[in-house]
Amino acid sequence: MTLRSGNSDHLHCVTPAAIAQGLSRGMALADARALCPDLATRPADLAREAAALAALCRWAGRYAPMVARDGADGLMADISGVPHLFGGEVALRDDLQSRLEQSGLAANSAVAGTRGAAHALARHGGGIVPDGRLIEGIGHLPIGALRLDYDTVSGLGRMGLSRIGDLVPLPRAPLARRFGQGLVMRLDQALGQYAEPVTAAADAPHFGVRITLPEPIGLQSDVMAALERLLARLCVKLSQHHMGARRVRLELRRVDQGAAQVEIGLARPMNDPARIAALFVKGVEKIEAGFGIDALRLTAPVLESLAPEQISTHHDVQREDELADLLSSLGNRIGFDRVLRLLPAESLIPERSHLVAPAAYSAPEPVPPHTGPLRPITLFPPEAVTGPSGNPPARFRWRRMHFTTLRATGPERITPEWWFDDPAWRNGLRDYWRIETKQGPRLWLFSTPQTAHGSPNWYVQGEFA
Amino acid sequence: MRPEMDPFALRSARVHEAEGRGRRAFALFQAARHPGPLIWILPAHIPEVPMLRGLPQGVGERLHLLRPSTEMDLLWCIEEALQAVPVGLVIAEAQKPLSFLAGRRQQLAAETGRTTGLMLIQTGAGSNAAETRWQCQPLASLQKTSADSTLHCWNTIKNKSGTCKNWTINWNGTSTAFHMVSEARERHEPAQPPR
Repeated sequence: MTLRSGNSDHLHCVTPAAIAQGLSRGMALADARALCPDLATRPADLAREAAALAALCRWAGRYAPMVARDGADGLMADISGVPHLFGGEVALRDDLQSRLEQSGLAANSAVAGTRGAAHALARHGGGIVPDGRLIEGIGHLPIGALRLDYDTVSGLGRMGLSRIGDLVPLPRAPLARRFGQGLVMRLDQALGQYAEPVTAAADAPHFGVRITLPEPIGLQSDVMAALERLLARLCVKLSQHHMGARRVRLELRRVDQGAAQVEIGLARPMNDPARIAALFVKGVEKIEAGFGIDALRLTAPVLESLAPEQISTHHDVQREDELADLLSSLGNRIGFDRVLRLLPAESLIPERSHLVAPAAYSAPEPVPPHTGPLRPITLFPPEAVTGPSGNPPARFRWRRMHFTTLRATGPERITPEWWFDDPAWRNGLRDYWRIETKQGPRLWLFSTPQTAHGSPNWYVQGEFA
Repeated sequence: MRPEMDPFALRSARVHEAEGRGRRAFALFQAARHPGPLIWILPAHIPEVPMLRGLPQGVGERLHLLRPSTEMDLLWCIEEALQAVPVGLVIAEAQKPLSFLAGRRQQLAAETGRTTGLMLIQTGAGSNAAETRWQCQPLASLQKTSADSTLHCWNTIKNKSGTCKNWTINWNGTSTAFHMVSEARERHEPAQPPR
């Protein structure tokens, strides 16, 4: 397995056969290939690796009540009081190893009296340290096994201390003064003089609530009442975790095992039950209740963090809330990708001088004051004019109307952005003209002087106020 | 405010209509004069979109574009936006003739939300329920000296609570300021003798 960090590939994981060839973790891929030309590599997928470790962590629950992750590649289980169920520590470790081997995992395990000692031993061969003989058990391991940083390990190595056993008889005060409290703490943790309990990671909060009803309901008002109860519970949970929902899904189970589902989107993260309930009304109207609904489940599949805000009766805040409600209800009917907002962008190309972004997923940005030549109020894809005469054209036809030029301002030359390959700008730079016509409309015309053959083509792209 | 003071003030909490080539310019002129969020409802198949750099000052930040795909959704969006309290002005480009029913529903929605609406309609495709109807045309300024004047001819062709009138104004599309262009008049009375 290789992992790309910075701009070079490193070995992330190696097989035992590769270790035999002299490869090691963290080695640059180029060096590894020099050592072993027929090396087969795959890119590492950290997310899937973490998921696999989490699954293994759940599985390891069969050996101990408390299982925690230990670094990115290890698990730590607190097996106090457990081994006699498997027939002793040795039998337990054999059982674990054989099961892992059966599933195709090459793993090392160690049993020791402390967390630090088990960590050290598992990464250097594995084994079992009997109770009360910690120093003998891990004394022969290199100091790097103590979870120390590289500087400390190399500093100790320069002093001739390379084994854990070398550290134990040394006086503590000079060690701490020279290498910091970290070294002494790690040593104490490994030897059991400093407590380090195994704690399982807290479960991620689940944002879903449900209600089961003794009697089936069918009225719209009853469903709304049940929804309000669920929403109140969900919103309390959301606000406790400082989260806001972006989508809320209501699943209903009918007595005849049918199911219905209503899902709404919100224009901004929200945990206010009354305002979310208002958006559900339209969806709940359409539910087919059949013989009645006897269970409801409310989940928030898409979440965003929502910091607590000062409650305010200020006019602006209220208006913002009401506008967000309007955008939510519009988005739920016509789609959130059709509720848009214009954002300024850094480009001189007319089409890219602003972004059209969904209003629910963007904040308004101040428009920089306009400088330079005038810009039209409306913009559309270029439309070719027919029968232009002259440069700029004195007469032309566009959209089946005849126009006579009264005044022309320009040209304003805009060159394409070479770092984007825009098909609309393939025919080179454009000369933009503001053409006032005798007929009234003030149009934004451009010509493409770089076209290969014939006279330049003229196009209309905008209309001025 | 007396109507003579500001001829272009749209009566609030009512729905108005504008037609003609200059209707988008008129809508932006009104947008610049209305505080609060602006909603511009534009059917998805219309190629002309507002260009942010060319809009009057202070309009771009407040503008929200809705692109409904069907005429039904368009009418629903208009009503929903008119019913919302915080919106300053709702501008909608209807493609089909507005029925009297749709127009009346919009008036009721506007009264509920105390919001002003402006429908940009095809010529002659308005509804009878509209409060005022404006005919807007860009005008060419034929004088040689006025190189950058942007004349507009804005006429009321229907007014439920007033008289119809014609105006020619010079508005350059960047701010709320505009200049009335006085009408040229033929002199009927004899000229005063020079003193």
